[in-house]
Amino acid sequence: MRENIGFALMCFGVIFDAVGCVGLIRLPDLYNRLQASLKCVAMGTSLILLGTMVIAGLSPLSAKAFLCLLFILIISPTTEHALARASYIGGVKLWKKSIVDKFKEDIDKS
Amino acid sequence: MMINILMVSLTCCAFLCLFRMARGPTASDRAVAMDILGIMIVAFGALMSVRTGKEFYLTSALVWSLLNFIGVLALSKFLEGRGFDD
Repeated sequence: MRENIGFALMCFGVIFDAVGCVGLIRLPDLYNRLQASLKCVAMGTSLILLGTMVIAGLSPLSAKAFLCLLFILIISPTTEHALARASYIGGVKLWKKSIVDKFKEDIDKS
Repeated sequence: MMINILMVSLTCCAFLCLFRMARGPTASDRAVAMDILGIMIVAFGALMSVRTGKEFYLTSALVWSLLNFIGVLALSKFLEGRGFDD
């Protein structure tokens, strides 16, 4: 029973990863790609690690999986923010159909 | 048997990431693809550790996630146009 729940969580995680990678291929812009794919992949990996914890039960492997999940949840928003800010300042253009640019207004105001 | 299917489909997703890394127009696209590939390697380590029952795959996945974090932060500072000193 416990293994079935763990495998179901892992299947959902792999589906989330696949959707994130399709978004990485299909979307037109760097910022759209970052928005769509990095959150999907981080949550899918968190689901896979949660399935590992459910399958392993109370053991050192489960503790390591929990530590890994905590690191993923801290690390992935930080890197997303740093990459988006750095590529905006470094001069990557927005998509030509995008209609709002709040960060440019912030820069102009200050 | 079930977990082999999951590992094969995760490998197909990794090939999609490599495609974006090969033909991304700017350098930032390649950095994003590298970040996503690093997170997916952590998931692959977790699946491998469930399949074989050994712990060190998950340990190396933990170390890989921290190294990926440091690498992407240094790369984004370089893309911003600053040096590593300031």
